[in-house]
Amino acid sequence: MKQLNKFSMQLLSRSANESFARVAVSAFVTQLDPTIEEINDIKTAVSEAVTNCIVHAYKNEIGNIYIQVRILECNVVEIKIRDKGCGIPDVDRAMEPLYTTAGGERAGLGFAVMQSFMDNLRVVSKVGKGTTVTMKKRISVRVKSNGQQG
Amino acid sequence: MSVKIEVNGEVVVAYLSGDIDHHTAKPMREEIDKAVESNMPTLLVLDFKDVSFMDSSGIGLVMGRYRILNPKGAELAVTNPSPQIYKVMHLAGLERLAKIEKGGMKNEAVK
Repeated sequence: MKQLNKFSMQLLSRSANESFARVAVSAFVTQLDPTIEEINDIKTAVSEAVTNCIVHAYKNEIGNIYIQVRILECNVVEIKIRDKGCGIPDVDRAMEPLYTTAGGERAGLGFAVMQSFMDNLRVVSKVGKGTTVTMKKRISVRVKSNGQQG
Repeated sequence: MSVKIEVNGEVVVAYLSGDIDHHTAKPMREEIDKAVESNMPTLLVLDFKDVSFMDSSGIGLVMGRYRILNPKGAELAVTNPSPQIYKVMHLAGLERLAKIEKGGMKNEAVK
């Protein structure tokens, strides 16, 4: 799919950056004129992926989180969130709803939310090297009152 | 992010506001738990009317309060979640743990 636009940023894995990350990504996506529900879905999915980097990948350290957002043909948004943290030994298990290694106050729903709120989710991880989460969502094309596509 | 606590007899209402994520959930939990510990309510109401955003950290917050209240025989209710917040709650199946009132509590006990 042809790339039409791209945005990249790098953040430290500090929890104060969770809000900035989801707001920055959603602000970039607004050029596609998403619905409120679509923008909320993206904000929630980004928040989950960034939180995973902070809580799991860089559990006992502060590291870099790399975020890349691409606007592709057909109103598709691709969001890639990458860390160089500890990696996930068993990705299939980590993606099971309610599975968490972080203890009592974590719901274990991060990947379930990403899967449910986005059209496509791919997780590639290598222990000791890091994890890359790639999510895609097609933004609906709205027809303006003059008949043109928005 | 803030929590405003209101106590009406055996009911504690926690009015949450701002974004709930991993960064903000901890101080919110601490405020709520302090109110629960000192008032020993039979019903805890978490009001989401002024919550602008919530990810699954908010689910952890609700589930964690349920785990505290349930052994004491106390109940948990959630009021006024926005459509985005309700979507996350529904995905987590929170209806099984707490009564969710989209339009606020009808129960006169909270008045």
